[in-house]
Amino acid sequence: MNPDAPQSAAAVEDLVQLVAPDGSRTDGPRAAAYRDRVAHIGTDELRAMYRDMVLTRRFDDESTALQRQGELGLYPQGRGQEAAQVGSAYALRPQDFVFPSYREHGVMQVRGVDAVDRLRIYRGTEHGGWDPADHNVQLNTLVLGSQTLHATGYALGVQRDGLVGTGDPQRDTAVVTYFGDGASSQGDVNEALVFAAVNNAPVVFFCQNNQWAISEPTSRQTRWPLYRRGEGFGIPGVRVDGNDVLASYAVMTEALERAYAGDGPTFVEAYTYRMGAHTTSDDPTRYRELAEEEEWALRDPIDRLAALLHAEGRWDDVWAADVEAQADAMAERLRAEVRAIEDPSPASMFDHVYAAGHAQVTVERDWFERYESETAGTTTEAAR
Amino acid sequence: MSTQRFPLPDVGEGLTEAEIVEWKVAVGDTVAVNDVIVEIETAKSLVELPSPFAGTVVALLAEEGTTVDVGTAIIEVGSADASAPDPAPGAPADEAASVGSTNGAGSGSVLVGYGTGDAAAGSRRRRRRTEAPEGPAPTTPPVPAPAPAATPAPAPAKSPGIAKPMMSVPAAADTAGAAPTGTTPAGRIRVLAKPPVRKLAKDLGVDLASVQPTGPGGIVTREDVVARAEAAEPKTLATYPDDDQPWLASGSVTNDGRETRVPVKSVRKRTAEAMVTSAFTAPHVTVFRTVDVTRTMKLVEKLKADRDFADVRVTPLLIAAKAALLAIKRHPEINASWDDEAREIVYKHYVNLGIAAATPRGLVVPNVKDAHRHELLPLARALGELTATARAGRTSPADMSGGTFTITNVGVFGIDTGTPILNPGEAAILAFGAIRQQPWVHKGKIKPRWVTQLALSFDHRLVDGELGSRFLSDVARVLEDPAHGLVWG
Repeated sequence: MNPDAPQSAAAVEDLVQLVAPDGSRTDGPRAAAYRDRVAHIGTDELRAMYRDMVLTRRFDDESTALQRQGELGLYPQGRGQEAAQVGSAYALRPQDFVFPSYREHGVMQVRGVDAVDRLRIYRGTEHGGWDPADHNVQLNTLVLGSQTLHATGYALGVQRDGLVGTGDPQRDTAVVTYFGDGASSQGDVNEALVFAAVNNAPVVFFCQNNQWAISEPTSRQTRWPLYRRGEGFGIPGVRVDGNDVLASYAVMTEALERAYAGDGPTFVEAYTYRMGAHTTSDDPTRYRELAEEEEWALRDPIDRLAALLHAEGRWDDVWAADVEAQADAMAERLRAEVRAIEDPSPASMFDHVYAAGHAQVTVERDWFERYESETAGTTTEAAR
Repeated sequence: MSTQRFPLPDVGEGLTEAEIVEWKVAVGDTVAVNDVIVEIETAKSLVELPSPFAGTVVALLAEEGTTVDVGTAIIEVGSADASAPDPAPGAPADEAASVGSTNGAGSGSVLVGYGTGDAAAGSRRRRRRTEAPEGPAPTTPPVPAPAPAATPAPAPAKSPGIAKPMMSVPAAADTAGAAPTGTTPAGRIRVLAKPPVRKLAKDLGVDLASVQPTGPGGIVTREDVVARAEAAEPKTLATYPDDDQPWLASGSVTNDGRETRVPVKSVRKRTAEAMVTSAFTAPHVTVFRTVDVTRTMKLVEKLKADRDFADVRVTPLLIAAKAALLAIKRHPEINASWDDEAREIVYKHYVNLGIAAATPRGLVVPNVKDAHRHELLPLARALGELTATARAGRTSPADMSGGTFTITNVGVFGIDTGTPILNPGEAAILAFGAIRQQPWVHKGKIKPRWVTQLALSFDHRLVDGELGSRFLSDVARVLEDPAHGLVWG
């Protein structure tokens, strides 16, 4: 037995879980503390969550296939983390702002970021893909962990704008940053925790512990449960079953309330599993065992929610078939539209250097466009 | 029937090629979009590729076990609606167009790296490899992996456990080439190497199993692979004989461009062999003597003014040569060689006096035959011819063979002395250092005098320290006072 292998979820201490893998509601003191937070979640809400999780997974599968077909340069799979992402995103208010890493396809789905736009960066045609202000979702951050600092800074701005602790649900704003167990070892993340704590910033550190930092198991990242990482910084922490969409939602509402009220940051560890590869460039069979993957397959978050819907009589075959049809349609649209994404005009690189116009950028853009027009047809041909 | 081709994508970040491990479909099979059609192995991982098309497989364009460049078409699929003969051209063209490049030459749809160009024209490093056919596909029937029972068959797709032979070297055919790899079919040893090293080995066409590992724990390092490749690869010419770096002639630049490797040939090779033979068979001893050669310098001046010597070069070396000949006359045992095979010492009754000469082609040691018979003038003439011939690069092997004693004039390079290595087959070699004016005690006073150093290396098997020392003293004696030559002449 590999001593570094992640421990089985059953043995994980202090885990907040509301739905067991078999679809039944979980009892116990940990569940009791959070059960009320999902009492209002009915059939419609559960089905909506299910739909977003299914669409997220289909997006994942189709994007992976597109990469394998040469249409994307790279794609980081999120398979297995749908519940943590969708559940936590469902708890957000529209004015809240999300700072993702690069695997938060489920959060994007819930926030309404267009599926094609999400892939532009992975096709290498754009640095971003959407306007962060449209959905209050910052662009993917591929530099590990640095988005936690951005989120903390943004949260300090929110605080100074007086959008914390007003008691007005339309005004009180929180910031969420998503990162992983691997990023938790980064200096940036630790600095962000320091700044967030001492400034009482309205930010939620949502750490998806998917057990593997590429090929490094969590045991090589920390000797201490990650959800307790915040203690030394003075930040309360909680560990949630990240494959349980309701628990993820419930824990997130608690953390958000703390932020809205001006009570400062929270560290959430969503205990989950990266069922796919780190990215399409990675081959997990080289460092982890099949038995481990099979064990986690039994805790598939989508299967669990389906089981809950069945168990509580909320399932409907016609509705489920429609969800599948929506997924098929999205996949088809992705295939067609991603392939049709055209290379951006080179001059567009000047577009977002500054929010407003800037004299020097204007000069450089003019020069560049003149250069491009003068050399058109020569350099490009030569380059091919 | 309208068909589409799928160019091999870059499934990693900046990969340029992959090996076809196993086809999951055969000609005639019907495939749907995203059905797995093939398993490939890149430098990073084993990867299953999903079909971008729906339709019927018309041809597999790359055989299992071959390495294919990114951008090379690997499969041809006929449109789903067209199992029958050609529909009107244009009808299903929209789908074909939507996939970008379908004809295999220059894919626009590969995003990372280098574009793909025409794979066959790729000018990257030479290597042994089967190129996937380009152009009209010679509808080769798919080769359904006729893996010999002994080779580790490609693992079934759904068993990514640890037992999977990730390290498997492609079963012989591809990279075998130079290396005798076919000898270990069954219990093939797992070769340990990091992925970039594996990639390098593939690029260079080196079978990892043929590489001698030197890394910790028997891991094959980058250097091992490069060394193996260099042993096998043909070389490119790095420079030409008329360049200002003639020593690089016929060499080849190493892969990292930081070194040039030049085959050891002709003069260099003979020099090396001679020096190794000499240094490791004859135990060398070197003795030194500093000597006031002011009188020799005066003699040189005198001789230069002498009409008889007008057409020859008179140098201190000439006097040194004469001094050595006189010393040999007094100590003929030093003019000898060791015959190891016969277990005999061969004493020579003639002196073939070798002079080490630096030439554009390298070190050459021609000798003056029967130098002991020459008077000073013919000796000067002989030395002059010998050095002129050497500088012109026309020294014949005969000129260089049969030497019995050698002088090396390191003084011309401004060097005081050295510990010369014997010319093989000789028992002693004299190094003649630079002559400088130095403060010297002369007749009880310190005076500026012309001073030089002599060094004599000798083969201690047949020359004892006493003999070598007496010999060198005698050479010094003549240089100190050339008149003494009259006494011994």
